[in-house]
Amino acid sequence: MSILVYTETENGKFKKASFEVASYAKAIADQTGDQVTAISVNAENPNELGKYGVAKVLNVKNDQLNKFNAEAYAHVITEAAKQESAKILVVSQSANAKFLAPLLAVELEAGYASNVVEVPSMEDGFTVKRTAFTNKAFNETNINTDIKIVGLSNNAYGVHENETSVDVNDFEVTLTDDHFKVEVQSVDKNTDKVSIADAEVVVSGGRGLKGPENWHLVEDLAGVLNAATACSKPVSDMGWRSHGEHVGQTGKPVATNLYIAIGISGAIQHLAGISASKIKVVINNDPEAPFFKAADYGIVGDAFEVVPKLTEKLREFKANNA
Amino acid sequence: MKILVCISHVPDTTSKINFTDNDTKFDTNGVQFIINPNDEFGLTRAMWFKEKQGASVDVATVGLKDTEPTIRKALAIGADNAIRIDAAPVDGYQVAKELAKVAKEGEYDLIIAGRESIDYNGGMVPGMMAKILGYGFINTCVSLEVEGSTATAVREIDGGKETLKTDLPLVIGGQKGLVEESDLKIPNMRGIMMARKKPLNVVEPAESQHSTEAKKFTKPAPKGEVKLIDAENIDELIDLLHNEAKAI
Ligand SMILES: Cc1cc2nc3c(=O)[nH]c(=O)nc-3n(C[C@H](O)[C@H](O)[C@H](O)COP(=O)(O)OP(=O)(O)OC[C@H]3O[C@@H](n4cnc5c(N)ncnc54)[C@H](O)[C@@H]3O)c2cc1C
Ligand SMILES: Nc1ncnc2c1ncn2[C@@H]1O[C@H](COP(=O)(O)O)[C@@H](O)[C@H]1O
Repeated sequence: MSILVYTETENGKFKKASFEVASYAKAIADQTGDQVTAISVNAENPNELGKYGVAKVLNVKNDQLNKFNAEAYAHVITEAAKQESAKILVVSQSANAKFLAPLLAVELEAGYASNVVEVPSMEDGFTVKRTAFTNKAFNETNINTDIKIVGLSNNAYGVHENETSVDVNDFEVTLTDDHFKVEVQSVDKNTDKVSIADAEVVVSGGRGLKGPENWHLVEDLAGVLNAATACSKPVSDMGWRSHGEHVGQTGKPVATNLYIAIGISGAIQHLAGISASKIKVVINNDPEAPFFKAADYGIVGDAFEVVPKLTEKLREFKANNA
Repeated sequence: MKILVCISHVPDTTSKINFTDNDTKFDTNGVQFIINPNDEFGLTRAMWFKEKQGASVDVATVGLKDTEPTIRKALAIGADNAIRIDAAPVDGYQVAKELAKVAKEGEYDLIIAGRESIDYNGGMVPGMMAKILGYGFINTCVSLEVEGSTATAVREIDGGKETLKTDLPLVIGGQKGLVEESDLKIPNMRGIMMARKKPLNVVEPAESQHSTEAKKFTKPAPKGEVKLIDAENIDELIDLLHNEAKAI
């Protein structure tokens, strides 16, 4: 038996979430006395996974898979799981992994738990802790099937090094037209910006910033911190920023190390979606803003004065601590 | 085109979340239930297909009798028929199996579900349903056009968007963007009156198995007091973020 982990790549490079799911799978393997096998698509340097506890890599090299395609990727991972007789499969919760996992669950007749935040408990069956009600609660879920799929929330476990000697194998899978019935025509990705899902830090702006012309405040601060930018729902509803930046209960979830909220009141629907972030900083000129109850650090002040100063000071700090 | 919109009945976004029965069940006391927001976007897009392209629109939910006001609301918004599969939802797999059966029997061309339900945030049902049915699937769908039997969709990816093309039948996991917030329909008096006359078919479940089970709920530990930093003393914030929070 082995534990299989799907390690995502982008342009041949592993995503940070791949090292996190590998580290997590290693923690499970240590409990069960198994080893971790990774399945990867077109990875340039599969050996890199050895650093995070992976003992074996099945590396698929196939030009048909240069663009992500959920159905085709699900087939590849299914074949790998079958070959390895994997009983536990770990995936991240990136947009692509969330797209894939339900397909895998059906193909493998496996129970799937999404948004998992801790290493499973195997004392009494197989139980995982997951977030529910958009971070307003946790839920312990039993997976009752023989094969189990765990979707690990991004940044919930962290990346842990665990140097392991790794055996890289080419893995071939035959794909048919049926796997490409949904055809990707074009990908429009902002490659010079950090995405909310991949970011360590997110800087987010709300209606308090008054208009899109003031977003340089958010972008400059994000630039210094190598952060992704985000916004509250009304900001994207009014078209100040794109829908893709809307975070909260009905937008994208944020689970970063640091979330900085500027001119955001802290409505319950906003907080639900960002509360999985470790450290929250709020800048708001209204000391009664509900966000102050949910934050770790706060500055009561005018964003138009505070943010440029903070950006400048952080730039100095970064220069001195580089 | 025959469209099926899958509606999940969820607590209003402002609900206080509490549990009963030794923290094993969600406490519905005083909770207002709504159409899952992601499904509301999908339903409104379905109404657009009805108005512009003559599609028929049915809605389906897996739930007990208490979910009827929520599907009635979907009828009031303009759906033609409602189907309630009379089973308490246990997990995404069971719900997907039940819905897939209804979808197959009804020979729907397009099945619109949401990216996730805002209660258990499973993000499972539409993908599982598509796989069970052998139909194409597009998740986190933010735009959908259908021309004849060909669908063109845009989906949100991490850090961008992707345009996809496929043939019907198709299942989507939709979200905000499918229609604008300002286009969401609020049922009017006429719609509510008409909804009373529309069919709400209750069907027996296929007794599908579940593969996971929620055992116990807990709430996050209460948050400590916020540390306020003077606006004139930004160095202190940087120091705290670096030395105390280790966040920078
Ligand atoms: C079904 C539903 C789902 C929702 N989902 C989401 C969601 O996913 N995400 C989300 O964000 N919202 C969501 N909302 C909306 C939510 O209820 C709030 O309306 C929204 O979050 C408020 O956005 P805001 O904080 O930017 O604006 P406001 O509430 O208008 O707050 C602006 C803040 O800026 C401060 N401010 C003003 N001027 C300055 C200044 N010069 N300097 C510093 N601060 C200043 C003000 O004190 C105020 O606190 C949802 C609502 C509903 C009904
Ligand atoms: N009980 C249900 N009845 C009908 N549709 C559902 C039900 N549960 C989930 N869905 C659909 O599946 C989507 C994703 O739900 P979930 O997988 O539970 O996060 C929802 O947005 C609905 O469209």
